[in-house]
Amino acid sequence: MYVSPIREPLIKGNKDYSQVTKDILAPMAGTPSKYWYMGMTIAGAAALFGAWASFMTVFYGIGTWGTNKTIGWAWDITNFVWWVGIGHAGTFISAILLLFRQKWRTSINRSAEAMTLIAIACAGFFPLIHMGRLLLGFFIFPYPNTRALWVNFNSPLLWDVFAISTYFAVSLVFWYVGLIPDIGTVRDKAKDKIRKAIYGFLSFGWTGSAKHWSRHETISLILAGLAAPLVLSVHTIVSFDFATSVIPGWHTTIFPPYFVSGAIFSGFAMVLTLLIVTRKALHLEDYITVNHVESMNKIIILTGSIVGIAYLTEFFMAWYSGVEYETYAFFNRAFGPYAWAYWIMMTCNVITPQLFWFKKIRTNLVATFIISIFVNIGMWFERFVIVVTSLHRDYLPSSWTMYKPTIVEVGLYVGTLGLFFTLFLLFIRVFPVIAIAEIKSVLKSSGEHQKHADHE
Amino acid sequence: MEKKYYKSLEELSLVIDQESGQEILGDKKSILALQTEAKSGNGPTRRDFLKIFGFTVASAAVASSCEQPVRKAIPYLIQPEEMVPGKASYYASTFYDGVDYCSILVKVRDGRPIKIEGNTLSTVSRGGTSARTQASVLNLYDNSRHTKPAIKGEETSWEQMDQQLVPLLEAINQKGGKIVILSSSIISPSTKAAISLFASHYTNTEHVQYDVISASGMLQANETAFGKAFIPAYHFERAKLIVSFDADFLGSWLSPVEFTKQYTANRKLHEGKKTMSRHLQYEGGMSLTGSNADKRLMLKPSEQKATIATLYNELVQLTTGTQNTTNASLDMAPLAAELLEAKGESLVVCGSNDTETQLLVVAINALLGNYGNTIDTGVHLKVRQGIDSNMASLVDEMNAGAVDGIILYDVNPVYDYPDREKFISGLQKVGLKIAMPVLNEETSVYADYICPDHHYLEAWNDAEVKTGHYSLAQPAIRPIFSTRAAQESLLAWCGSKMDFRKFIQEYWEKNLFPKAGFAGTFTAFWNEKLHDGVYNSGEKELEVVAYKAPELGAIVQNIKGNEAEAVDLDLYFNISVGTGKYANNPWLQELPDPITKACWDNYACVSQKLADQYGLADESLITINKLGPFPVLIQPGQEANTVSIALGYGREKAGLASEGVGVNAYPLVTLSNGNRSFELSGVTIEKVSGEYKIARTQTHHSMEGREIIRETNLGAYLEDPKSGNEVREEILAHMKTLYPKKDYDGLHWGMAIDLNSCTGCNACIVACSAENNVPVVGKEQVLKAREMHWIRIDRYYTGDPENPELVRQPIMCQHCDNAPCENVCPVAATTHSNEGINQMAYNRCIGTRYCNNNCPYKVRRFNFFDYTNSDAFTGNLHDTANMETDLRKLVLNPDVVTRAKGVIEKCSFCIQRIQEKKLDAKMENRMLADGEVQPACAQSCPADAIIFGNLNDSNSKVSKMFADERNYHVLEELHVMPSVGYLTKVKNTNA
Repeated sequence: MYVSPIREPLIKGNKDYSQVTKDILAPMAGTPSKYWYMGMTIAGAAALFGAWASFMTVFYGIGTWGTNKTIGWAWDITNFVWWVGIGHAGTFISAILLLFRQKWRTSINRSAEAMTLIAIACAGFFPLIHMGRLLLGFFIFPYPNTRALWVNFNSPLLWDVFAISTYFAVSLVFWYVGLIPDIGTVRDKAKDKIRKAIYGFLSFGWTGSAKHWSRHETISLILAGLAAPLVLSVHTIVSFDFATSVIPGWHTTIFPPYFVSGAIFSGFAMVLTLLIVTRKALHLEDYITVNHVESMNKIIILTGSIVGIAYLTEFFMAWYSGVEYETYAFFNRAFGPYAWAYWIMMTCNVITPQLFWFKKIRTNLVATFIISIFVNIGMWFERFVIVVTSLHRDYLPSSWTMYKPTIVEVGLYVGTLGLFFTLFLLFIRVFPVIAIAEIKSVLKSSGEHQKHADHE
Repeated sequence: MEKKYYKSLEELSLVIDQESGQEILGDKKSILALQTEAKSGNGPTRRDFLKIFGFTVASAAVASSCEQPVRKAIPYLIQPEEMVPGKASYYASTFYDGVDYCSILVKVRDGRPIKIEGNTLSTVSRGGTSARTQASVLNLYDNSRHTKPAIKGEETSWEQMDQQLVPLLEAINQKGGKIVILSSSIISPSTKAAISLFASHYTNTEHVQYDVISASGMLQANETAFGKAFIPAYHFERAKLIVSFDADFLGSWLSPVEFTKQYTANRKLHEGKKTMSRHLQYEGGMSLTGSNADKRLMLKPSEQKATIATLYNELVQLTTGTQNTTNASLDMAPLAAELLEAKGESLVVCGSNDTETQLLVVAINALLGNYGNTIDTGVHLKVRQGIDSNMASLVDEMNAGAVDGIILYDVNPVYDYPDREKFISGLQKVGLKIAMPVLNEETSVYADYICPDHHYLEAWNDAEVKTGHYSLAQPAIRPIFSTRAAQESLLAWCGSKMDFRKFIQEYWEKNLFPKAGFAGTFTAFWNEKLHDGVYNSGEKELEVVAYKAPELGAIVQNIKGNEAEAVDLDLYFNISVGTGKYANNPWLQELPDPITKACWDNYACVSQKLADQYGLADESLITINKLGPFPVLIQPGQEANTVSIALGYGREKAGLASEGVGVNAYPLVTLSNGNRSFELSGVTIEKVSGEYKIARTQTHHSMEGREIIRETNLGAYLEDPKSGNEVREEILAHMKTLYPKKDYDGLHWGMAIDLNSCTGCNACIVACSAENNVPVVGKEQVLKAREMHWIRIDRYYTGDPENPELVRQPIMCQHCDNAPCENVCPVAATTHSNEGINQMAYNRCIGTRYCNNNCPYKVRRFNFFDYTNSDAFTGNLHDTANMETDLRKLVLNPDVVTRAKGVIEKCSFCIQRIQEKKLDAKMENRMLADGEVQPACAQSCPADAIIFGNLNDSNSKVSKMFADERNYHVLEELHVMPSVGYLTKVKNTNA
C-alpha cells in the first residue's frame, strides 16, 4: 500500500512552547554581539552618506545628479520602484499565503513584514527627494486651501501617493496587530522595570484572554483580506507611472501583471538574502529551515518565469505592433548603448532563477543566497532599463542623450540601503523576529509527532 | 498662613526668605523691587518667557517661511511724460557694429532697453534681425564695459581728459605730425563729417578703415572692373539661380539679414507661389548658407580660383566660342550652361578676399548680364570699405615711427590683426595712443588715453548702409557710465563742443532735407524720420559706373595647379561671436552653431578622411601650423582635405564669460597679394596628446528614418503638392478618439513654420532668451545636456555621409491640444488654456519632471540648479556665465518671472505678448487683428519662417498655412494634436 511521504516538520528540534519563547527572545536579550555593532556601524555610515547626498540634492538642486533635459528620471525612480518591489514580499507572505493557508509562512512573516515596512519607507524617500522643490512637496496632498488649488487626479504620480501611503499604513497596522501577543510575551518575560513599562504600553494591555485572542484573530483576518488586494494594486499603480505615458518602452499594457510578479520576485529574493543571514546569526536554524528556503525558491521560479515571459512578450509586441518607435526602443534596449544593462537584467532575472529547478540548488543555502543577490541586482537593472533606456532615446533623435550617475545619486541609493539595514538591525533587537504566537500554533502540525503517535 | 491685607505697597513690604520660601513680613521691600530682583538674578519671569517665546516663534516663522525679502518698488512722484509703468516704449534705432547692419526697434521698459525687435519699415533689413543684433542689448549691461575715461590706467573726468589731450594733439599738429584714426567701416555720414571736421583741424590726419571681415579683394576687383572701389547692392530675390563660391551670405557675408530676407522671399512656396530659386554652393567647410543650398559641392579653398576661372572659360566658350583651359577638378560646363539659361536672372557670389578671384566673379556676372538685374551698381552697400593694404601700410608706418598719434575707434587689432606682434610694436612707437572702446578689449590696454564710447543704445547716430538708405539711431537710455560718444570726443578735440545729436541734425538739415522734397519744416522731417528710424531718399550713386571688361587672360593663365593632398585651412566667422566682439555675451556663447550644434568653443572641423589619416577622433587635439591646440570635430560634408576653424574665440580681455573660451585663430590669417586671406593652403597638422570636451546641444545626427522633417523636391511638389507628406493622410485616417473634441470658442493659437524658409540663423533662439529671461547655464551644463533654450533648431544629416544634405527644424513647445505633459502632473502645474495654450504655473511646480519625461518633443526644460538667483536658499547660485550681476540683470524682461531651482519651464507662445495685445484690443474695443501678436521668435525671424495667429480665424495666415497640403505636425500619429504645424521642405534639385 502506498503511504504518502510524511511531511517534514515545519519546526525542527522537538521544541516545546517554552523553548520556542526562549529561542526567539534570545536575540533581544543581553548586549548585542560585536557583529551587530559592526553591521550597525557600516549601515549607519551608509545612511550618513545618504544624508549628505540628500543635503546636496535639496540645497544645490537636482543638478547634482546626472539627469538631463531628456532623461528626467534615472536612479531616483529606479530605486523607488526597486524598493517598492522589495516591499511586496512581506505582505504577500502574511496576507496571501495566509489566505492560501500556507502554514510555513509563520516562520518568516514577521521579519518579511518588517522588511516590507522598511523597504516602503526607503521607497517613499525617492519620490520625495526627486522633487525639484521638496519644500513644496505637500502640494501633492489634496488639502483644502483658500486658493482653491487641487491636485490632478489624472496623474499616476498622485495615484502613487495614495497607493503607497495606503499600502504602508495597512502593512504597518497588520504587522503591529500581529506583534501585540508577542509584545505581551516580551513584557511578561522582561525583568527590568523600564523594559516592562515600555512593552507593557506597546502591548496595549494584552492579557492573552480568550476574548483578546478571538478579537486578534478576527482583526488579523480582516486586515489580511484588506492587504491581499493591496499587494496586487500597489505595483500595478506604480507600473501606471510608465504604462499611461506616451514614451515607447513605457506605454505598455502588460506592465501591471509584469510589475507585480517582478515585485514579488524581487521581494522574495530580498527576504532570502536577509533571512539566510539572520537565521545563522540569531541561531534560528530550527525555525527557518531549508524547507522554508525551498518553498520561497519555488515562488521565485514561478515569478521569475513570469517576468521572463513578460520580457519576451514585450519584444514580440514591439515587433507585432509595427510601431517604429516601439520597435526601436526595444532594439535599443538589447543592442543600444545601454545593452550591458539589459543583458545583466536578462541574465540575473531570467537565467539564474531557472537554476532552482534543480533540487540540489534550491535546497542549498549558499547557492540560494548567491542567486538571491543576483535577482536583487537583476531587478534593479530591470527598473534601470525601463526608466533610463526608454527615456534616453525616445521620439526625436535630436534630443537623444546619455546618462551617467553622480556620486550624489550613488549616495542616495547607498543611503537608503544604510537606512534599511540600520532599521532592520534595530528591529531584530527590539521585536521578536519570528511570530512566537503563530509559530506555536504550527508546532504540532509537523508530521513527526503524528507519525509516532498514530503508527507506533 | 495668615491672610494679609494692605493699603499700599509700603505697608505691605514683604520679603521672601531664600531658604524657607516663607514670606518675611515687615521688610521695607516693595513688590516692584521684588520683581526687579527676581528679574535680575533669579531666573526668567513670565515676561521673559513671553519675550523669548515671542522671539522664537517669530524667528522660527521667519526662518521657516524661506521667503525672499520684499524689495520695494517706489512709484514715480511725478510721472514722466509718455511713460506708463508696466508698459513698454519702442524707439526706432539702428544697429551697426562695424560688421552687420540692422534697423531696429528698441523695447524699453521702465527706462531700460530690454529687447531688440526688427524694424519693419526698413527696406534693408525689413524687420529681420540676426542673433547678434538680438544679443547686442546684453552688451549694454556688460560688466567689462569701461565706466570712466582713464589716463594711463588712472580714472579721470572728461574735462581733465580733454585738457590733457587737446594740447598733445595740437602739439602734433604744430609739428605737422601724423594722426591716424583707425576705425572699422563707417557707414554714418555724420560720423564721417565729424571725422573730416577733425581732419580739417588736425591737417595731417588719416582715416584708415580696417574691416575684420574684409571685403578688400572685392572692393579692389570692382575698382579694376568699374573704376571705383565699391560693393554693389545685391538682389537675391531676383535671382532664379544663385551660385555661391564660399560666400556665406546668410551668415557672415556683407549683409546677412538683408540677404536672408531676399533669399527666403524666393524660397517660399505657399500662398500660390509655384517657383523658387535654385541655389548651388561650392565650399570647403559646411556653412550656414551651404547647408541651405539645393546642391552643395565640396571645393577646397585652394581650388576655388581655378574652378571659378574654369566656369568663366566655359561661359566665354559658350558665349563667344573662344577656348581657354584651366585645370579645375570639377566639371563646370553643366553649370555654365545652366547659368546661361538663367541669363540676367542669376547671381554668382564669392566669399574670397582675393582680388583676382573677385575679378573673375565680376566678369562672370557681367557675362551673364546680371549687372542691372540682380546686381545694382547704382546703389552701393557700404558696410565694407576697408582696404587691407591700407592697414598693412599703416602698421609699417607705425613701426617706422611715422605716426605720432592714433585714435582707435571701434577696432581691436591687437586681438584680430594677424600679425599681432607687429601691430603691438608699431603701436608702442606711436606717441599718442587714444582708444575709444565700448567694451573692454585687448587693444585699449596699450592705449594711454581711454575715452570710452557709448554703447550704441545710449548714443545718437545715423547710417547710410546703402546709397540712399538712411537710418537714425537714438539713445534708449541715459548713458549708464561716464562715457561719451566717440564723435563727440572727436568734435571736442577739434574745438567744437557740439553734442552729436545736434551735429547729426545739422548734417541732415544741410544735406538730406533739401533733397527730400519734404512738405514741412525740418523739425517735422526729423521727427518723422526719427520715429520711423529709416529714411529712403531714393538717391542713386551720382557717378554711373560701367563694366570696363578688363583683360583676364593673364589671371586665368597664372592660376597654379592645386596640390591635391595639401591640407587647406578655411577660417570662418560663425553666427554667434562673429569677429570676437561678442565673446563676452553669454547668450551668444551658448548659442549652438547651426551646423555643428556646438557652443562655448571654437574647434577644428575636419573630414572623416583627414581624421583617419591623422588618427583623430572627435575631441582629440591638434595644432595647425603650431598654433593651438584646437579640439577636433569630425564634420560630415567637410571637404576631405580642408580644416575649418571659427575666428572670434580666445579673447583675453573681454570679460568673465569669454575667459578660456576657444583659441584665437587670427594669427593663422595671412596676407596674400596685399589682402588678408582667410584661406590657407598646405598647413601642417599635428596631433597633440589629450582630449577636450566640446559642448554640443545635439549629439545624435540621424533622423533614424522617422518622418520628422518631411522633404520633397520642386518637380514632385509641382506634380503633387502633398509629395513628401503622403503619410499624413494615413495618419489622419487613423485618427479616432472616444473623447469629445475640444472646442475653443474664441481664440485658438497656432503656429506654422515653413521649413523652406528657415535658414537656421538662430536669431529666434536669442530673441526667445531675451524675451523670456531664459537662463544661460554655461558650458559645463551644456555638456550635461541641460541647456535651457525654449526653442531649438534640430538639424539632421541625410544621404551620403561624405557630403550629406542637411535639414533643420525649429522645435519649441508644440502646445498640444491633447498634451501628454498635462495629465501626468500630480499638482496640475501645467494646464491647458481655453485658447489652446499649454501653460506652466511655475509657482505650483514641485519639479517631478514627469511632464518632461512624457513630452515626446522634449521641449521642457528643468532648472537643475539655481541659475537665476531666484531660489529660497542663498549660497547655491549656479552662474558660470556671469549672468547674475546687478548690471546684467537689468536686461531681464519684467513681464516674465525668473524661474527658481527645481522648476520646469518651456515655451509659452510668449503669453505675455498675447495678453498685452489682447488688452490693447479690449481697451480699443476691437477684435485682434491677424499678425498683431508676434511671439519673439516670429518677430525676430529674418526669413519670416514662423507665422503665429488664430486658428479659429479661417482667414488668418496661420490657418491658411495649416490648410496647405504641405502642412504636417510632428509626431501627429501620437494623437497629441500639436498646435504647431510645419510646411514640408522643398528642394529645387530636379533641374
